[in-house]
Amino acid sequence: MSGTLTLNKITAQRGISVGDAAKKIADLGWNPSYVQEAMTFPTDYKIAKAPKDPMKQVLRSYFPMQEEKDNRVYGALDAALRGDMFRNVEPRWVEWMKLFLAIIPFPEISAARSMAMVGRLAPGEDLRTGFTMQMVDEFRHSTIQMNLKKWYMENYIDPAGFDITEEAFGKCYATTIGRQFGEGFITGDAITSANVYLTVVAETAFTNTLFVAMPSEAARNGDYALPTVFLSVQSDESRHIGNGHSMLMSMLKEPENHLLLERDMRYAFWQNHAIVDAAIGTFIEYGTTNRDKAKESYAEMWHRWIFEDYYRTYMLPLEKYGIKIHHDDVQTAWKRLTEKHYVHKVAQFFAVGWSANFWRIEAQTDKDFEWFEHKYPGWYAQFGDFWKWYEKLSHRGQTNILFNGDVGYVYPHRCWSCLVPCLIREDMVTGEIDGKLYTFAHELDRWTAVEAFAGEYQGRPTPAMGRFSGRREWESVYHNVDIADAIKDLGFVRTDGKTLVAQPHLRFDEKEMWTLDDVRGHILKSPLLTLREMSPADREKHLADYRKGFTINPCN
Amino acid sequence: MTAVQSIPAKSGAAGAAIFPDSDSRKYRYFEPRSKRATHYEDVTVDVQPDPERYLLQDWIISFPNGKGAYTKDNTAALSSNWHAFRAPDQEWERTHYQRQSKIETMVQSVIANGRKSGAPKGFDKAWVKILQNHLGAWKHAEFGLGTSLMQAQRYGYTQMINNATLTNSSYKLRLAQDITLYLAEIGMDIPGFDDAAGKRMWLEDKGWQGTREAIESIMGSADYLEQYLATNIVFEPLVGELFRSGFLMQVGSPNGDFITPAVISAAEADYERNLANTIDLMHLLVTDNQHAAHNKKLFQGWVNKHVALANKAAAGLQPVWSQPHSKPVQYADVRAQSVERIKKILGELGLVLPKE
Repeated sequence: MSGTLTLNKITAQRGISVGDAAKKIADLGWNPSYVQEAMTFPTDYKIAKAPKDPMKQVLRSYFPMQEEKDNRVYGALDAALRGDMFRNVEPRWVEWMKLFLAIIPFPEISAARSMAMVGRLAPGEDLRTGFTMQMVDEFRHSTIQMNLKKWYMENYIDPAGFDITEEAFGKCYATTIGRQFGEGFITGDAITSANVYLTVVAETAFTNTLFVAMPSEAARNGDYALPTVFLSVQSDESRHIGNGHSMLMSMLKEPENHLLLERDMRYAFWQNHAIVDAAIGTFIEYGTTNRDKAKESYAEMWHRWIFEDYYRTYMLPLEKYGIKIHHDDVQTAWKRLTEKHYVHKVAQFFAVGWSANFWRIEAQTDKDFEWFEHKYPGWYAQFGDFWKWYEKLSHRGQTNILFNGDVGYVYPHRCWSCLVPCLIREDMVTGEIDGKLYTFAHELDRWTAVEAFAGEYQGRPTPAMGRFSGRREWESVYHNVDIADAIKDLGFVRTDGKTLVAQPHLRFDEKEMWTLDDVRGHILKSPLLTLREMSPADREKHLADYRKGFTINPCN
Repeated sequence: MTAVQSIPAKSGAAGAAIFPDSDSRKYRYFEPRSKRATHYEDVTVDVQPDPERYLLQDWIISFPNGKGAYTKDNTAALSSNWHAFRAPDQEWERTHYQRQSKIETMVQSVIANGRKSGAPKGFDKAWVKILQNHLGAWKHAEFGLGTSLMQAQRYGYTQMINNATLTNSSYKLRLAQDITLYLAEIGMDIPGFDDAAGKRMWLEDKGWQGTREAIESIMGSADYLEQYLATNIVFEPLVGELFRSGFLMQVGSPNGDFITPAVISAAEADYERNLANTIDLMHLLVTDNQHAAHNKKLFQGWVNKHVALANKAAAGLQPVWSQPHSKPVQYADVRAQSVERIKKILGELGLVLPKE
């Protein structure tokens, strides 16, 4: 049979190859000679070698591709409404989306802004298109996520919390962790923040748990909108990973960068673990109603994506370029997730503070207990009674669990570095910055705040490095304030002026909903300010007791 | 009490139960510009936080000089309310991709159809040289503005300002690439077409040095609003539109080229949107109830500086108008139009065009 006739053969004309196109586009830049570009984002790194663009990216194909991806996303959202998705969705899950979607659009748009920083630092123009696309991608992610949140607000049974979302983001004691994440992309040394922290670690390692694991769990809870949006978001990440890796390779060429890279890989890995695992681990393990024992736990997924994929295939090979990799940190993070129940302690902390949140947290039940014990042996002994207490105290008229002495929970110190509290009590350390005492969740957090974020690192001046600042300990903002007044000040009250946005249950019934009067009469304290006020002897005793941990009383 | 209120809801859908705020289905933390918030406002406003609004703990990481992620002094302009600005083009991701994608599809169709019909071979020979040298040089000007705005979008005090700057950058960078690939493609059909000539002209040709200086001055500014103003209020009307509309689009077809005007036309529509955004922002600042006089003076200074550069750039390009065989427009006429255009733009802001 002779060759078939196709439309392509009739209409085809000679075109330029993708490689050629990318090469010509890379030639758009030049070295200015009349006025130099202002180097407004300083770095302590030296970058002499122009990074290559492995993806050979061109806007001509990028925009239609992204539009097509968008069409699928918005088509799926329409289909979800036609299919009455919300009739079958699990409210336990959607409630946690109030927290997740309050946080994530800011880190996303921060990533767009950070492209300005790396775009100007990278010599040559090869990668500029890659950075441009990433900038527009991140603009996509931020606004597509805001749109998804609006969609939940319009269609989910309880819109409260979604309706104050960006205000809540700026104020909540839980979103402060997400702010640390997002600000980390845009502040301080431009390479530390925009390349190592954002691209080399957050995007390359942790977007898998963020944007792949989360959607899987969403689908198990009847929410197929989140997977549609976030898998589409994740499909942009491979390009970002390429950008980051290319930039990293050009920095590796300069031996004097190696010490800084070692520092930044260490900081970025540890803090991404502390923040992303705290948040995403909680959403996945505690926001779900699906207790299929055959599915992977968060820890198991972490092992696959972070340990096997990222650590073994991305971090380890950096050693051959002379970068010291801190293997122990990865092992320590793994142990925190498994033996030390990091995620469970975070969920417990969020639950204790439910009244100052802006979403509902439902108690875990027997069905959940069985799954947790199966996946995390020893879980029930540590957390079973706590969740029974939580359920018991979820009814109006009970004393708020945050202040209820019967439970046995001890409110934690806040880590000055990752802003997640010092939940693994035995690992808590203290340190000083400019003569002031601070608390840290782990020695690596202390190292981050005290040694890495400083003007000098191991004898080398690091004038571009950022500093930890602001009122980082959320609790100090409301030190000695009645919780009801704090909640009111936060704006976490419904429009009737009395009912709390947050509720410790999923009972959508006004009679069951807690009001300001139900929580009034208890005073918030800053653990840090309290610690500083103690005499040295009292402080030592307090810290020793704190490190011993606490025991939840039996709940009958 | 109705049954739907007394039993636990079985459905997670809106309206399945009635309780406080079960009908609170609008973002209620910002004031919409009109009666109802637009979709753009919903997905844009307050995503970039501000310690003066909701950032309870202030910025929690700072630069070594103690400044947080975004500060007002990234520009010399002052505002009593940076959050008031809403981009008139209301761009968010979906509208941005729809528009950019349609442009790319249109541009590629025009080029493909033109090439299929053998059009580039029919271009007037002098015109081919103009495309090779001058359109080839011009793509670098567009690229320079794109990279400059990419830098600027990091600095604005609100999400609305930065996103408008970001989409402006995206439009400029797309155009620079469109021109690059267009020239490469028609170059394959035209024997002897020198694809590298444009960059040489940009870097070395005397006529282009004024334009390069004007662009590099915008790129070199450390004030993001100066970059935004200089691009859309000054350079675009005095040089951008002058060269695109006043030359390429009008002179192309009399010289046998119906492709170039179509490829370039999208840029003019881009500019209308970016101009509207810029004027709106600048207008807010020159009519600010506390800082109007300061801003006006500042902007007039920027205008004076960049108009001088743009005038020099336009004058440098003047000889290009005499190079085509068919000359349907005269430089003096289009220059007069562009001067009228910038006067109108500046008039909206209460600013004046400095004398040459």
